[in-house]
Amino acid sequence: MGISVVEVTKRYGDYPALRDVSVAIPEGSLTALLGPSGSGKSTLLRVIAGLEEPDAGQVLIGDEDVTATPARTRGVGMVFQHYAAFKHMTVEDNVAFGLTIRKKPKAEIRTRVHELLELVQLEGLAKRYPAQLSGGQRQRMALARALAVEPSVLLLDEPFGALDARVRKELRAWLRRLHDEVHVTTIIVTHDQEEAMEVAGQIVVLNDGRVEQVGSPRELYEQPANEFVMSFVGPVNRLGDTFVRPHDVELLLEPEGEGCAEAMVERVVHLGFEVRVELVREDGQHLTAQLTQEQAEQLELERGQIVYVRPSRETTFSAAARRPGRQRSG
Amino acid sequence: MSRYVLRFFALGYLVLLLLVPVGFVFYRAFEHGLGAAWEAVTTPQALHALELTLLIAAIAVPANTVFGIVLALALVRGRFKGRGLLNAVVDLPLALSPIVVGLSLFLLYGRGGWLGGLAEHGIKILFAVPGMVLATMFVSLPFVVREVVPVLREIGTEQEQAAETLGARPFQVFRRITLPAIRSAVAYGVVLTTARAIGEFGAVSVVSGKIQGKTETLPLYVADQFESFNVAGAYAASVVLALIAIGTVVGLRAFQPKEVH
Repeated sequence: MGISVVEVTKRYGDYPALRDVSVAIPEGSLTALLGPSGSGKSTLLRVIAGLEEPDAGQVLIGDEDVTATPARTRGVGMVFQHYAAFKHMTVEDNVAFGLTIRKKPKAEIRTRVHELLELVQLEGLAKRYPAQLSGGQRQRMALARALAVEPSVLLLDEPFGALDARVRKELRAWLRRLHDEVHVTTIIVTHDQEEAMEVAGQIVVLNDGRVEQVGSPRELYEQPANEFVMSFVGPVNRLGDTFVRPHDVELLLEPEGEGCAEAMVERVVHLGFEVRVELVREDGQHLTAQLTQEQAEQLELERGQIVYVRPSRETTFSAAARRPGRQRSG
Repeated sequence: MSRYVLRFFALGYLVLLLLVPVGFVFYRAFEHGLGAAWEAVTTPQALHALELTLLIAAIAVPANTVFGIVLALALVRGRFKGRGLLNAVVDLPLALSPIVVGLSLFLLYGRGGWLGGLAEHGIKILFAVPGMVLATMFVSLPFVVREVVPVLREIGTEQEQAAETLGARPFQVFRRITLPAIRSAVAYGVVLTTARAIGEFGAVSVVSGKIQGKTETLPLYVADQFESFNVAGAYAASVVLALIAIGTVVGLRAFQPKEVH
């Protein structure tokens, strides 16, 4: 089912965690709530789950206003950053928890748990305890547990945040495939723009308790609404009032055409296929250029070398969109 | 090398301070054979003292266990004013000398005390079992709370919230998630509470009036026997006290969760 958040406000004492937030999550979508820590993304998720009560505004799941409905009857499945595994129960009992609470027949529970463990690839580990699983396995167990009650909405709060980089990457791809299989409306909270872009079809960028922009990964990257989104969804050089992505910085050995500026190479970082060049312009501004290994080799870049930089594509924002956190559209 | 020194020191300290004195009690109790010891602890007076001690523990321990869990939940999860004060007050029984506890109860329930009027209505608190139970509950109150609070802090609320989103009602969350998680801590708290309840001397001694065969608990009986030069009886009863303590510890081991760490 789709989710609508309408003009939700939430304060913790004097601290406004959410300021008049409205978001629409289409049915069956995989939406990421993206933002830095303290942006309100987790609070928004918890408000949707019913674990936090908003001070004002409404939450709708499907057509139903669930603002006053307790978490246990909202029909949401929730996955937490630190797994929230029931440590004293086996994997199988963890997954069965929601069904046991609902007093489903034993045989039915057994079948369903078996199906789910297969879905999350933990068939062989049913009798283990959470302490005997790796972080990635624990999180997949938590996901199976959340899916067991057939939630209308699946909410993931930084689900891969506690895992190491390699497992995180694997699980992202796996989640994407799982979503294609299960089709349940899913919201994932993350502070990692790469994760949001890789996994989600729609991204809601939050900052300082406000929605900065909503759009597909490509829209956010190519048409950022403001400075904040521009600098949050990817690396960026700021040159006065203009913004240039590192891969849009051209390096030339001779000055050529308009908009060329002299710069000195400060550092060349080889990252495999990609080479990052750190430069300082003659006016003292620092910038980074991203080249392929081939390009870098052709230029034979060295530290201290003088080159000419030319932005092949730059973005400027209207004055209203310039100050981050104050504006919602540019 | 330093490892051995440390080990020797720690072990020596324990042996000298704990094992030797307790060992001596056991030795002296059985000096004249098992039969003599048995006879000493099966006198009507001794049996009554044992019965009373167990009765008081049977009331005080469950009461303080339930109260301790509730209070720990309030201290860790609650958001109310005066939490800090409550937290400090819980430790009061540890800080106060038991004799002061006894005296305060004496003043409260005694003639002229705030609740002294109860006696006139036939509710006898002082020099009777209710007063002794109250004194025992007072001194053994902090143990369950103090064991459970850090564990509750450590487990956090995520598991409980996960259970909530899975459809569990507040009581189901407590019974299926919170309680199993704090079970070891509660068990250990119960052991300490029981040990204290059974062994309490000072506070109980003040409020009981030490009436032989009536308001004499086992520790009071030991002291009484010792003072009336029946050393053998005192030692034998001491052994019973020690055995109850050991029994509590061993018995509660059986309730430890089968959790895998």
